[in-house]
Amino acid sequence: MSDNVIVLAGGLSHERDVSLRSGRRVAQALREAGVLVAEADVTASLLATLDASSGAVVFPVLHGGAGEDGALREVFDLLGVAYVGSDGSASRIAFDKAVSTPLIARAGVLTPRQIALPQSVFRELGAGRLVDALIAAIGFPMMIKPARGGSALGCTKVTDAAGLPAAVVTAFSYGDVAIVEEFIEGIEVAVTVLDLGDGPEALPAVQIQPRSGVYDYTARYTAGETRFVAPAELPDDVTEACAAMALTAHRVLALRDLSRTDLIVRDGVPVFLEVNVAPGMTETSLLPLAIEAADGSFSDVCARLVARARERGSADRS
Amino acid sequence: MTVSAVRALFSVANRPEVVSLAGGMPNIADLPLAELGESFNQLVRGNGIQAMQYGSGQGELFMREKICEVMAEEAIAANPDDVVITCGSQQALDLVTRIFVDPGDVVLCEAPSYVGAMGTFNSYQARIHHVAMDEHGLVPQALAQAIVALRAAGQKVKFLYTIPNFNNPTGITQPLERRRELLAVAREYGLLVVEDNPYGLLTIEGDPLAAMRSMDDEVIYLGSFSKTFAPGFRVGWVLAPHAVRERLVIAQEAAVLSPPVFSQFAIANYLENFDWRGQIDTFRSMYAARRDAMLDGLASFMPPGTTWTTPNGGFFVWVTLPEGLDSQALLPRAVTERVAFVPGTAFYADGFGSRNMRLSYCFPTPERIVEGCRRLGKAITDELDMHATFGLGTDVARHRPVSGPAPNVT
Repeated sequence: MSDNVIVLAGGLSHERDVSLRSGRRVAQALREAGVLVAEADVTASLLATLDASSGAVVFPVLHGGAGEDGALREVFDLLGVAYVGSDGSASRIAFDKAVSTPLIARAGVLTPRQIALPQSVFRELGAGRLVDALIAAIGFPMMIKPARGGSALGCTKVTDAAGLPAAVVTAFSYGDVAIVEEFIEGIEVAVTVLDLGDGPEALPAVQIQPRSGVYDYTARYTAGETRFVAPAELPDDVTEACAAMALTAHRVLALRDLSRTDLIVRDGVPVFLEVNVAPGMTETSLLPLAIEAADGSFSDVCARLVARARERGSADRS
Repeated sequence: MTVSAVRALFSVANRPEVVSLAGGMPNIADLPLAELGESFNQLVRGNGIQAMQYGSGQGELFMREKICEVMAEEAIAANPDDVVITCGSQQALDLVTRIFVDPGDVVLCEAPSYVGAMGTFNSYQARIHHVAMDEHGLVPQALAQAIVALRAAGQKVKFLYTIPNFNNPTGITQPLERRRELLAVAREYGLLVVEDNPYGLLTIEGDPLAAMRSMDDEVIYLGSFSKTFAPGFRVGWVLAPHAVRERLVIAQEAAVLSPPVFSQFAIANYLENFDWRGQIDTFRSMYAARRDAMLDGLASFMPPGTTWTTPNGGFFVWVTLPEGLDSQALLPRAVTERVAFVPGTAFYADGFGSRNMRLSYCFPTPERIVEGCRRLGKAITDELDMHATFGLGTDVARHRPVSGPAPNVT
């Protein structure tokens, strides 16, 4: 039995580049903690790699596609491979905003008004009447986004009827289901939840201030494009409400080890946007910033997550 | 889609499942590697002390002499004294821009032009002005008008940058008569011409055309071994009139002291001891099969309203999409279908090119190229379908210029 870790990054998704950057950062952090690390991509040789490294823990740092939608995690469970993070079914639900948002709303969390529709519905029923109905139901400004996917890819803020069709077509370039939801104006905040063995805990909220005003792909992954304030400069009761919301999302969706909830504080009240089971780990990502704000060490947290996954794997086998 | 999101999407191009029609990497798999290895072995044993030492800032004389032999293939008569060796022709472009361009000066180039050249011009804060092309390349009247209009507006026009053979990205070639006309315009207005010719020897049908430099000694000529041999050596060159050459040598010494000496020994050794002309013929037939595969694939799978160029060499085909489509918006859908291309906007400094895309046929096998065209055809058809469903108009999108893929993207 080996004590090594396989950091899994890359994959075939629109967020491959981000994943590779996250993967390198996690691998480096684990090496600093003295862990033996191998880095792997999702390829035809992955299963052979896993077979050859019996006892290794997988640290998936895949964004989008099979890495985040639970498919690969299902495979790890099937093969009895221990891994960091949520299991397959929880990931599948969390990754799909059209599924996870209503579940979170049912738990009493404030979410934006949202409608999710697949491409085929527009094609078969005609877009005109549906577009009118969407405008009547949601109103402007609205956000259009792919139901599955991250890094703000395919997301557009729409302020009038003329911009709506093109925004929906853009969302459909990234996936089959588009979400049309109420745009929430306010302070953008992310709350990381970590469970290192003593139950889920919310880390300090990170406040996001993109230079351009829009937290898009460039603002997310270009150093200096976004100002992060950690801990967020919010009143204590608001900070507590944000933390509670992230913990509720983590619990309601039965997430494990780590998650990141993105939300908007509107007039002092947090509104849920989404929860990520594979949060970004790049130099400009929110989760590492939150750990720093909590006076923690990213390297130490990664190593403890691995240790926890390893214990879980041993318990499952015994 | 943001600029960095476009560039990030190219990282999927290197995945084996994706047919990449995005990169510009030459296919060097057919080089005689075992024989080359043996020959490099002898080079180190016999000449290692010189080959691994500093060299001349201008480049080694034996290399410059060999380069004159190579340039003779395209009718250029040159003196080795007027050649400066550079780290790929990309560095030649950098040195030429460095000595001629002050911030705010204008560089004229084709509409569209090579994204890597525009990156260099931008890094020296040049203003890039595109000149219209037709099926024979740059339009001489448009060139004259641009010079007159820019000078009337008080702008300093420093040089014309042109790729007369198989222009990157369009694949269009200037016929001999067009070259003469353009040179006549340049002479009339006292405009310097920089001719970039990485692909000339990779002409598919017929012999390579005479270079512009062969018609006018004042032309600054950029050449490269990257496509005719291998790009990893990073050996290119610039052939320039005497006065310019002296400044280039000083600039080159300031930049890198001496261009890669070992690479020059290796390439000179290859040119001396291998059938390099035969190897170029092999490359030509290999690329001919790939070009034909792409033209067949496009004819089979592109929806009506799509047009494309038919290059007689080089690496690229330039596609114009049906009205209303935006190649940058199409890229994520294409990636979902597992095919990659470079959006046309990468090749314009002014946000044009949204209806265009550059497809490269240099790296994938002919079978993969046809499959790539099939996937691309599906992505375009699906996008058209969505546009029809939502009744989207034919407005032309304007984008901020995007950068191209990194050089090691397949």
